Amino acid sequence: MSTTIIEAKANLDNALNAEGRQIPLSSVQITDYDHRQTVGKITVDNPKMICRDVNVYYTGKQALKHVSIDIGANEVIAFIGPSGCGKSTFLRCLNRMNDTIPFCQVIGEIKLDQDDIYDKSIDVVQLRARVGMVFQKPNPFPKSIYENVAYGPRIHGMVDGKAEMDELVRASLERAGLLKEVENRLSEPGTSLSGGQQQRLCIARAIAVNPEVILMDEPCSALDPIATAKIEELIDELRENYTIVIVTHSMQQAARVSQRTAYFHLGDLIEIGETDQIFTNPKHKLTEDYITGRFG
Amino acid sequence: MAISHDAHTVKQFDVLLANLRNLVLEMGGLVEDQIKNAIQALDNEDVAAAREVIARDQIINGMQVKVDEDSVSLIALRQPLGSDLRLIMSLSKIVTDLERIGDEAEKIARMTVKTYDGVSSSPSAKLLRDVHPMSKLAANMLHGCLDALARLDVEKAVEVAKGDDELDQEFQSALRRLMTYMMEDQRTIGHAINVLFIIKALERIGDHSKNIAEYIIYLVKGKDVRHVKMDVLVQDALEEE
Repeated sequence: MSTTIIEAKANLDNALNAEGRQIPLSSVQITDYDHRQTVGKITVDNPKMICRDVNVYYTGKQALKHVSIDIGANEVIAFIGPSGCGKSTFLRCLNRMNDTIPFCQVIGEIKLDQDDIYDKSIDVVQLRARVGMVFQKPNPFPKSIYENVAYGPRIHGMVDGKAEMDELVRASLERAGLLKEVENRLSEPGTSLSGGQQQRLCIARAIAVNPEVILMDEPCSALDPIATAKIEELIDELRENYTIVIVTHSMQQAARVSQRTAYFHLGDLIEIGETDQIFTNPKHKLTEDYITGRFG
Repeated sequence: MAISHDAHTVKQFDVLLANLRNLVLEMGGLVEDQIKNAIQALDNEDVAAAREVIARDQIINGMQVKVDEDSVSLIALRQPLGSDLRLIMSLSKIVTDLERIGDEAEKIARMTVKTYDGVSSSPSAKLLRDVHPMSKLAANMLHGCLDALARLDVEKAVEVAKGDDELDQEFQSALRRLMTYMMEDQRTIGHAINVLFIIKALERIGDHSKNIAEYIIYLVKGKDVRHVKMDVLVQDALEEE
């Protein structure tokens, strides 16, 4: 007799609630592999997030090896690397998105300002309000444009009354560069927008709860060049108020939007440096081979 | 990270980069010939040969344009990064200096025409005594550059860059000697000025060769060594990462 997905989810939730973030993993054998030393300066003067010796295991298989890196306040940092290198895995550690994946274990220290985000006292819902996320495929809720943006502030109890909510929704859409295009159709479904507009709606939704950090997992890979340019312009503007971590397969995009770039390879953080240094004069051979297209 | 010698996944990109580099080396070879032929024409007082050198400069100009066109299209179509980007940028800058070296060879040829074409008196041997040693130094520097480019050899490039001092000193002493001759005998002034232009052209070839050597160091090491003192250049070029 197989369990339904809903039952499985309930079981998982129970396990999560009972054990804090720990899914029972005692039966899973963990194997550590050799890891490579990171080239470049991992620290910054004004860190927003500090990650030290972060390891991730999926059913005991090591997906991320001893990653240590600072993410500076108000910087755009890009994670690049071939598929399966661990860049998305690491990104998902930064707001505990990996918690929902069964048999995923995160070991190491990740701090947001002074707070250890994996501490038992941390409320994950609050954490994800502070560290928002935008995904590869635009995923607006099946609700109106207005409701998509209003949802977060409402569940977090951030506003009093309709007028204040209207103001917040408009401000968020404005900051996401979408207001002009949608102000006369706020009650239409979010899914009625074009792909690029939907992605900006998702960004508006993320910034509506006033996050400190925004994680972006290939935010432009489903968009055309013009929509991509708009998002990139937006990223540059958002940097004033937020810290942005972006995972991208497009090296040109990483070069255009970020100040620092980190190169991952088979779970190792190989190299971290100023973006123009990484793309003109990388120090590690693996970085050079990747950016020049020499992987055979 | 020095230049990677592994092949690109897109093999056509390797072919295009190799073609570009070969075109620059070929252009370098032509420029070397131009210097050699210009000096030979001067030695032989051969006005016709000098005119040939002047005419052939057009071929070199055309190659410069071709390398730049190819570089622009490689950048537009392949979005090169890392050492590939440095290679294309360096080659594009190297051809500018090669083209100017070609112009200096042309200048020498023009002076040969001016000195020997329908003129009754030739310059005395002592006026021309510095041309040979200087042309040897300049030609060696250029040859060293092309060698360093072909083998991506920073040590060779450093050697070329260091060589420029010697050529500059030769120029200074040659200049002093020419001034002495002119003061001694005013009738030599006309010829002496022509010789002055020739040795100045040779001195400039040294400067351009030094520039090329600096681009090669940038290409291989990723360090910009223009406008730095020689000891810094040597250190940047030769230090291990």
